Amino acid sequence: MKVTKLALLVGLTAAIPSLSHADTLQDVMEKDVLNCGVSTGIPGFSAADSKGVWKGIDVDMCRSVASAVLGDASKVKYIPLTAKERFTALQSGEIDLLARSSTWTATRDTSLGLNFAGVNYYDGQGFLISKKLGVTSAKELDGATFCIQAGTTSELNLTDYFKSNGMEYKAVTYDTSGQTIDGFKKGRCDAVTSDASQLYGLKLKMDDPNTVMVLPEIISKEPLGPVVRQGDDNWFNVVRWSLFAALEAEELGVTSSNAEAMMKSENPSIKRLLGTTGNAGENLGLKSDWAYQIVKQVGNYSEMFDKNVGKDSPLNIDRGLNKLWNQGGLMYAMPIR
Amino acid sequence: MNNKQLPIDGKGFLNNPQHRAVFFQIIALIAVIFCAFYFANNMFDNIEKRGITTGFSFLDNTAGFGISQTLTNYDDGTSTYFDVFIVGLLNTLLVSILGIIFASILGLLVGIGRLSNNFLISKLSLIYIETFRNIPILLQILFWYNVVLAALPSPRQSMNYLDSVFLNNRGLLIPEPIFESGSSAILISFIIAVAAVFYLTRWSRKRHDKTGEEFPLIKVSLAILILAPTLVYFIVGQPISAVYPELKGFNFRGGLAIIPELLALLFALSIYTATYIAEAVRAGIEAVPKGQKEAAKALGLKDHVILSKVVLPQALRVIIPPVINQFLNLTKNSSLATAIGYPELVTLFSGTTLNQVGQAIEIILMTMAVYLTISIVISLLLNWVNAKMAIKGR
Amino acid sequence: MATYTMKEAKPAPSGSKGIIFWLKTNLFSDVRNSLLSLVGLYLIYLTIPSLLNWMIFDATWSGTQDEVVNSGARWIFIIEKFDQFIYGFYPEHLHWRPNLVAVLCVAFLMALKVLKNNKTKIVIMLLFPFVCFILISGGWFGLETVETEKWGGLMLTILVAAVGIIASFPIGIVLALGRQSDMPILRTLCIGFIEFVRGVPLITILFMASVVLPLFFHDGIEFDKLLRALIGITLFQAAYIAEVVRGGLQAIPKGQYEASEALGLSYWQGMILIILPQALKISIPNLVGSFISLFKDTTLVLIIGLFDILAMVTLTNSDTNWLGYEVEGYVFVTLIYWVCCFTMSQYSKSIERKFNTEH
Repeated sequence: MKVTKLALLVGLTAAIPSLSHADTLQDVMEKDVLNCGVSTGIPGFSAADSKGVWKGIDVDMCRSVASAVLGDASKVKYIPLTAKERFTALQSGEIDLLARSSTWTATRDTSLGLNFAGVNYYDGQGFLISKKLGVTSAKELDGATFCIQAGTTSELNLTDYFKSNGMEYKAVTYDTSGQTIDGFKKGRCDAVTSDASQLYGLKLKMDDPNTVMVLPEIISKEPLGPVVRQGDDNWFNVVRWSLFAALEAEELGVTSSNAEAMMKSENPSIKRLLGTTGNAGENLGLKSDWAYQIVKQVGNYSEMFDKNVGKDSPLNIDRGLNKLWNQGGLMYAMPIR
Repeated sequence: MNNKQLPIDGKGFLNNPQHRAVFFQIIALIAVIFCAFYFANNMFDNIEKRGITTGFSFLDNTAGFGISQTLTNYDDGTSTYFDVFIVGLLNTLLVSILGIIFASILGLLVGIGRLSNNFLISKLSLIYIETFRNIPILLQILFWYNVVLAALPSPRQSMNYLDSVFLNNRGLLIPEPIFESGSSAILISFIIAVAAVFYLTRWSRKRHDKTGEEFPLIKVSLAILILAPTLVYFIVGQPISAVYPELKGFNFRGGLAIIPELLALLFALSIYTATYIAEAVRAGIEAVPKGQKEAAKALGLKDHVILSKVVLPQALRVIIPPVINQFLNLTKNSSLATAIGYPELVTLFSGTTLNQVGQAIEIILMTMAVYLTISIVISLLLNWVNAKMAIKGR
Repeated sequence: MATYTMKEAKPAPSGSKGIIFWLKTNLFSDVRNSLLSLVGLYLIYLTIPSLLNWMIFDATWSGTQDEVVNSGARWIFIIEKFDQFIYGFYPEHLHWRPNLVAVLCVAFLMALKVLKNNKTKIVIMLLFPFVCFILISGGWFGLETVETEKWGGLMLTILVAAVGIIASFPIGIVLALGRQSDMPILRTLCIGFIEFVRGVPLITILFMASVVLPLFFHDGIEFDKLLRALIGITLFQAAYIAEVVRGGLQAIPKGQYEASEALGLSYWQGMILIILPQALKISIPNLVGSFISLFKDTTLVLIIGLFDILAMVTLTNSDTNWLGYEVEGYVFVTLIYWVCCFTMSQYSKSIERKFNTEH
């Protein structure tokens, strides 16, 4: 009796699995939901609030793709992943898109069967220290102990940096960013090192954020971007161009509030972006209003940035490298035509 | 078990129990092989389709990250992932062995305390056991880690003992011994001393069996073990010096550091496992028939002699098997160190390395293989002990 | 002729009763004992008053964060975050569903006690898990679907433990029978599985389930993360159940096996009607022990990124409005686990005692 009951129970629970094909775009459209891998909680990038609503710039990446493909930014199933699980989850097809502030490196791009579709945030590794230490530059940190999150590129960069400067250090590695900041709070280490963007988030988690500071040095390049499976060029294009569309919209001054009005614009670039002329959407296998949906439902890149990490968020991070190319930054969307 | 040959009344192949047994086994085997084949096939399919790197060649790649506690020479610039594996393995063994020692001592004390005539002690032991064995070990590890970190001062306000031992939230710092030439003589003398104690034990047991005379074995052995190496130490000209920890900049340099993660883990593992060991000890002692104790008392033996010569030798037969199982559990539980970042096998290899390399299958299999090996070794040990302790037939 | 007269019982001598006597015999019988007692008293003095002060007398039970007296526990954190600890991210307006399931569970257990008809019992037992599953997950009968990513807190802890216990039970029995069977291949397979699982830590099995398992299946088949963890935990627990049941099977006298054969019962009839009921009955204390272990082990799902109650504590701690309340959170979780595990272990002890008197 018990055996049948069990089999049925497991069968029922297993009813959730669905079928997917090598064609991710087709598959996402069929199941009418985008499975998006996010972090278990990185403020500003992907974090669930107390009601379980996901927010962040990576989350907006998921929402952009969902709006472009499904026409509805809310049709996203967020799958929180630990750093360990993220790449296998994508490899195995559990998720369609990984937006989990992952650094684009040669190893990850080539040996893991993955492709980075672009960069949605240019980051760099920095240091968060207690002001009590009386240190103003990373060069003075010889002999210090660092709290790091295990398995990140930060761990490797730290070694490189200290080796090349002939300094010594000790590393205490934790599994999650929460544990890392906890270790720092309790004085287990002198400094936390991580992507600078995350340091601002971590700073907010201190009991008194004024007792700590982020050092000016940036010791590495950390281009963070959405990742897809290798060998599905169609899907790769969709994700890449969803990112470009948000950037292009900012460049052209299209925002979520004026997108509707802009549909009547005579500017040929805007017309191509919003799909009133041209066939960019069709070529991607999407509806012609794909980019309009992104801008309308999620916003352009500057809106995403400001809302989640920039001036309208508690993190208040400067745009810096993430400004558009024509304003002195690195963000450059390939032209839609 | 009950497939005895029965008269076959029905016809047909499957009505014969023996045929049926073979048939079912073949079906089971085919099912298992099919599953394995299906999984393997899918796996290779997935790997090939996505261009995932496979194989163990990653072990030769440079790891390039720092580790907070290394028992071997590990250099974060040049050491390979295989070195990381070894470091992790040694750290696992270190915490397991230390944990086993502390848990055994604590468990034995609490187990005996549980049976004490003293009402207070026995109730306190009971409370200790019931409190700590009913709280998940992961929670205890997190708790002790928080306590250890919160209770200890920062390096600049270290607790200082004789300017050579320091305690702060970076760990317990003790002088590091430096072995110069000639120190091998001390090691040799120590080994000789151990061998001498071993033979002395056998000799004294034989003499005891023959004449019944007691030999002060423990005192003499201790004297030999301590005196012999000390004498040699002075004879060869004091070849061991120490490097004392010193506060330089933010942190102490030199000396040996016992990191807080290790302290917290040891606390948690020993306290948790000791509850089970204590219960085993209590059960073992209670299993000794009351008459034995009464007889010993009637012979006029003192309480501690009764415990050590009459009760414990008989109780050990019951105590040791479950205790060895607990040792295995402790070793397996040490893998939870990953929650507080103690660099043992699961943290370093299934955590950091897996993240850096991404080859999940190989890495998890290697980790599992290590634990399987440890558990096989421990069960072999258990079998050996069981065979040795078995009551010899008379 | 001397006649026997009943003598009145004398009261015990004043030296052998009363509190002084009790203290003398139990705490201060000799020097060593007295010293031990003093040490014990000192330990109590050190811990109990400060613990009580922290937990009860100096604690803050209500009000807002600003009114907190810092010397005691700040239970307002627990009260404020209570819903999250219990339900995780489960949508607030749907909390009645897990609540209903909890009520149903109690009703279910009562029904099993009260009902006499075996057939109704079996029907209820078969239906019950479905009802619970549909209630919690939704998607049928117009109930809103709640994705497993939103399940969390104590609800998830209990769910993982319950599924682990129920699902592993039949598998464990089959494995135990397989291990005891005299078909060599079957036996080897079972022994191999049991010893493999028992030889590795649960956490590696969970890693295996969360990281490696997806690669074992064909592209299309994807498992929920929670389901994968459940599979891992069930297989792990099954190996331990198998060993407990094997212990029970070995304790059954050989005569019972022979008797069942003599009655002409088939292997399965004999097992189900005669051997297993007895074997399971004597293994109940050990089974409960193994359930306790499983319940404690559910905390490990936190390491693979599921939000059980312990994970909810760490998560709510990163809420910028409520920093530095982890101690209260840990104590709360500790109390929940302790009460559950202690109750179960007392239950198993009482059963053990009952069996002991039967011999």
